[in-house]
Amino acid sequence: MGYKGKTVILGILALAAVALFLFYQLNHWEYALPRRGIKVLAIAVTGAAIAFSTVIFQTITNNRILTPSIIGFDSLYVLVQTFIIYSFGSMSMAVINKNLNFAISVGIMIIFAALFYKLLFKREGQNIYFLLLVGIIFGTFFSSISTFMQVLIDPNEFMTIQNRMFASFNNVNSDILTVSIILFLLIALYSYRYLKYLDVISLGRDQAINLGVPYDAVVKRLMVVIAILVSISTALVGPITFLGLLVANVAYEFLKTYQHKYLITGAIFISITALVGGQWIVERVFTFNTTLSVIVNFAGGVYFLYLLLRERKEW
Amino acid sequence: MNINIINVSNEIEKGVGFKLDLKFFMKLIYLYILLIILSITSLFVGVSNISPLDIFNLTDEQKQILLISRFPRLISIIIAGVSMSICGLIMQQLTRNKFVSPTTAGTMDSARLGILVSLLLFSSATPLQKMIVAFVFALTGTLIFMKILDKIKFKDTIFIPLVGLMFGNIVGSITTFFAYRHDLIQNIGAWLQGNFALMMSGRYEMLYISMPLVVIAYIFANKFTIAGMGEEFSVNLGLNYKQVVNIGLIIVALMTSVVVLTVGIIPFLGLIIPNIVTIFKGDNLRRNLPYTALLGAIFVLICDIVGRVIIFPYEIPIGLTVGVIGSGIFLYMLLRRNHHGL
Repeated sequence: MGYKGKTVILGILALAAVALFLFYQLNHWEYALPRRGIKVLAIAVTGAAIAFSTVIFQTITNNRILTPSIIGFDSLYVLVQTFIIYSFGSMSMAVINKNLNFAISVGIMIIFAALFYKLLFKREGQNIYFLLLVGIIFGTFFSSISTFMQVLIDPNEFMTIQNRMFASFNNVNSDILTVSIILFLLIALYSYRYLKYLDVISLGRDQAINLGVPYDAVVKRLMVVIAILVSISTALVGPITFLGLLVANVAYEFLKTYQHKYLITGAIFISITALVGGQWIVERVFTFNTTLSVIVNFAGGVYFLYLLLRERKEW
Repeated sequence: MNINIINVSNEIEKGVGFKLDLKFFMKLIYLYILLIILSITSLFVGVSNISPLDIFNLTDEQKQILLISRFPRLISIIIAGVSMSICGLIMQQLTRNKFVSPTTAGTMDSARLGILVSLLLFSSATPLQKMIVAFVFALTGTLIFMKILDKIKFKDTIFIPLVGLMFGNIVGSITTFFAYRHDLIQNIGAWLQGNFALMMSGRYEMLYISMPLVVIAYIFANKFTIAGMGEEFSVNLGLNYKQVVNIGLIIVALMTSVVVLTVGIIPFLGLIIPNIVTIFKGDNLRRNLPYTALLGAIFVLICDIVGRVIIFPYEIPIGLTVGVIGSGIFLYMLLRRNHHGL
């Protein structure tokens, strides 16, 4: 079966997971359905954003183990949020108005993504492990500073906004759902015309330039795209460190193609299946006795270690 | 090794005055003086007002505060700082890698898992039981990490701490999984963040176990250096390689579990202190041990005082202050590592 057929199968699986989540034991549908619908929509958008950003990021950096969240983009978003609350207070427009808050955060994220890219990837011949370690420590650094500021903020003030600012799977941030969906669709539309470049960029920087790709311009735009996508996923559900790594690599292994049109679509479907299905298992099988991010982190961590230890040249 | 020292000292000599000053301070006598000044400061920082002038006519209440809270806190800070930096130094010598430490080898996370298991198995575990279980787990975790290291053919300085961090992550998520099921997340959170606020007489005494271990580490210092050169090399020199490595790991695991159990996790300490000492003093383990110990204590003391002053009368847990400052310094070291030959 070709990769097209496989993509269709993945799509059907994703739909099945969503349907299972929506209609399993649906007794009071007029009450439960809208709630489940919002939740499943938020989770699906998050999963799609994570998969999308990870595949683009891995193609740009030409490796299979770096992902935006592993090098600390998620924690950066949380830091930006904390910083806004810290410097403006919880009653300011920048915090109360969800959409404004989101816009400011995305803006700061884009600036930082540009800096990050300059700092880490512009230098020639950087060792990939070096980048990875620096990225991980950056993540720790950002989250320590966030916690540090969260301690400094007046505890009462902090409690009132904590739930709204720092979402989780059981506490999806649905206020900005509409904005996120619109933004995600716009981004998808915008980056559609760059997908063909990505196929070439995956050959490497020099080859891509040789073949006539306006490399720097494309990469810069795609970094902005990644920053926005990371903001969407983190704002909706919060950081999930290893999900991107898992779904992107499963997509590569399963589809065995280099066409990003299919890779990205496939990764998005896998991600939605994993998140929605996983959340369903957490709710129904474990009856909320554990959280999805714990499971994802465990599976992702083991897989990551496996990737690191398997000796392969293509990193 | 020698080349590194020359590089570094060259750099220091042609470097700016700031670096010269730092080197100037890298003498034991100054470190001691600094430690004493900071210790006295630490004794007199706190919510109830005790000024150094009162020292000769203390009221009963002030005496109580000093004896029950301030002195135990000072002592536990010093011991924890000393032990964690020495743990880092030993691990770095044994693995011959400058970026290995209890934080980046899964030792801390394993100790935490051990404490959780002891809580689940014996519902009212005594501190000693907890410590033994934590020790067994920390030792097993570190041994597994060393086994993974043996299996890796590709030994890149940067690659090894990465594997360690991931290993720690996996152990950490197992801990979270079980903690969540048994409603112990908050307790886990407390161990995640080192905190000296609760150090009172009756709660910190276990830290004294570290003291003899420091002495043992000093006695074995040269052997650790030789063992770090590899199994074949050290057997050639007539060293019982396995035994020395095991002793080193036992010391590390014991110290780590004691500190995690009483204080909590203090990240990056074992990583940055030995490296700072190496930058200034070279690679002689035995000579570096006192510097590392002193600098570790001073660093934790400074962080603790900062954490206590910044939102006075509340305080910021030490794990956070060290986390922010430590990860900052570690990043700096990573980005500039070629300058310092690490």
